[in-house]
This record gives sequence, C-alpha cells and structure tokens, in this order.
Amino acid sequence: MIWSSFSDFIHMNGYGPYVWGSFIVTFILFYVEQRSLKLFRKKIISSEQS
Amino acid sequence: MQTKTDMNSQPSKSMHWFTFAAPSKFYFLAKKLIPFFWLLAIGLGIAGLILGLLFAPTDAVQGDSYRIIFIHVPAAWMSMVLYVAMAFWGAIGMIFNARLAYRISNSIAITGALMTFIALWTGALWGKPTWGAWWVWDARLTSELILLFLYIGYLSLYSAIDDKRKAAKAASLLAIIGVVNVPIIYFSVKWWNTLHQGASITVTKTSMDSSMLLAMLIMTFAFWSYTFATVFTRVNYKTLDEESHTDWVQKELSSMGVLK
Repeated sequence: MIWSSFSDFIHMNGYGPYVWGSFIVTFILFYVEQRSLKLFRKKIISSEQS
Repeated sequence: MQTKTDMNSQPSKSMHWFTFAAPSKFYFLAKKLIPFFWLLAIGLGIAGLILGLLFAPTDAVQGDSYRIIFIHVPAAWMSMVLYVAMAFWGAIGMIFNARLAYRISNSIAITGALMTFIALWTGALWGKPTWGAWWVWDARLTSELILLFLYIGYLSLYSAIDDKRKAAKAASLLAIIGVVNVPIIYFSVKWWNTLHQGASITVTKTSMDSSMLLAMLIMTFAFWSYTFATVFTRVNYKTLDEESHTDWVQKELSSMGVLK
C-alpha cells in the first residue's frame, strides 16, 4: 500500500478530481448500460406475456 | 441423415463451427458463457483496481494523474478492437446474408461507442492536468473523435431504416468503409508530431514500472470480459426479441417469465 491515510488516497496528491472523475463516470456508464439491458429484457418478457 | 453410430464414431467431424451460425445454437452457447465472463470481469476488475490504485507507485513525471491510464488505455484499445469486430461481423453478414452475424455486429456497436466515449472522457480528464487543456485538435484525439462519430453514424443509420436487413446492410457498409480510421488512430502518434504521448508498451519494449503494466493488463482483460458478457447478453436479447415467432424462443421466454 502506497497511501498513508484514506484522505491521502482520495486526494491523490491533488489529482483526485481528475482520477475519480474518470473512474466514477466509467462505472456509471457501465451501470447504465447494464440497466438498459435489464429493461430490454423486461420489455421482451412482458410483450410476450400480453 | 446421420445415424447415432456415425456421430459416436466420428465426434470431431460431426461438430461444425457453422453450427453456431444458427441463432438457437449461439444463444445457448452464449448463455453458458455469460456468467463465466461476468466472473472474470468482476474478479479481474477488482484485482486491477486494487493493484492500480493502492499499490502501483506514483509516476515520477505525471504524479498520480497517470492512474487514469488504468481505464483510459483499456477503453481506447477496446474502442478500436470493437470497431474492427463490428465491421468484420458486418462483412460476414453481407457475404453470407446471415442475420446472426448482423446481430453480433449491431450488438457490438453500442458497447464500442461507450468505450470510445470513455476513452475520450478519461483522456480529457488526463489532458487537463498534463497538457493544461481538456481538448486539443491533435491527430490522435481527432481520429478517436471520428471513431465515435462512426459508431453513432452506424447506430443512427441502422435505426433510420425500417427494413431490418436493408438497415443492417447499409450500416455494415458504413462500418467497413470506416475501418480505415482504425490504423490512423493507432499510428497517429507515429505519423504526426502529436501532443498525445506515444505508446507506453509495444511488443518489444515497455517504458512502465512492472506493477503499473500488470495493473493495466489486468484491467484490459477485465474490459474484454465485460465486453464479451455485455455483447453476448445483447445478442441473446435481440434474438429473443426478433425471433419470438419460433418455438424454441417461445419456450425460453416462458421459462424466463416464470423465473422473473
């Protein structure tokens, strides 16, 4: 482990906003893609049952 | 028709890869593989993040901003690989007039566009602290932006034409023509004097610390696995949606409805 504290880790020596802005947005986008696939699945099942 | 004894005596000959060109065969193969790819994606993703964010050392030149590389490079690689894959399946679809190939091509497009956007977004967040600008009209960045437009063009062309086959054909043609852009992206840092740094790793040499390199490669495999899991899922859902008139899909849908 290279960080001495949790706040050091979050701060990233001043680059925190850039690093976390990259990682968090990436995960949000992956989540949105999976969410839309789930909705697609729901739509297929419900359109078949009606 | 083959008898049972024939199949037993020559198992290798009775197994054809074209078998998977049938949507039902592909469906059940992909369905088996999806959980395996999810396991890999999540396992490798956690390992790569721990190594990259907690253990890889701070870069001597770029400080901790370089950690963006752990998603930027995998996403950028995927954006190019997926474009080629999308064009390849589009071409297969056109040559064999195969709806499954078109469906694979089409299912790759959304994830490819997403990867391209991630590469551009993380690139902007990396460019600001490193170059002092979110965006520059540099050859690498511009050609990657063109890649995003090609993906968007493919998807809009596909959805703009009502006849599914004609739509797939037109979109595939666009994808195939656009392939020229991929080597331009890849070699842009060599061909032009770009602000974007050159490749950190090539086949023969690498200019990275081993833990940085390892984290980047693990993240790349995680992105690959995520992509396989997602694209296979999308292909399967499209199969269920577009072939709902067949008996096997009806059967599959009713079992899914019960499980829901």
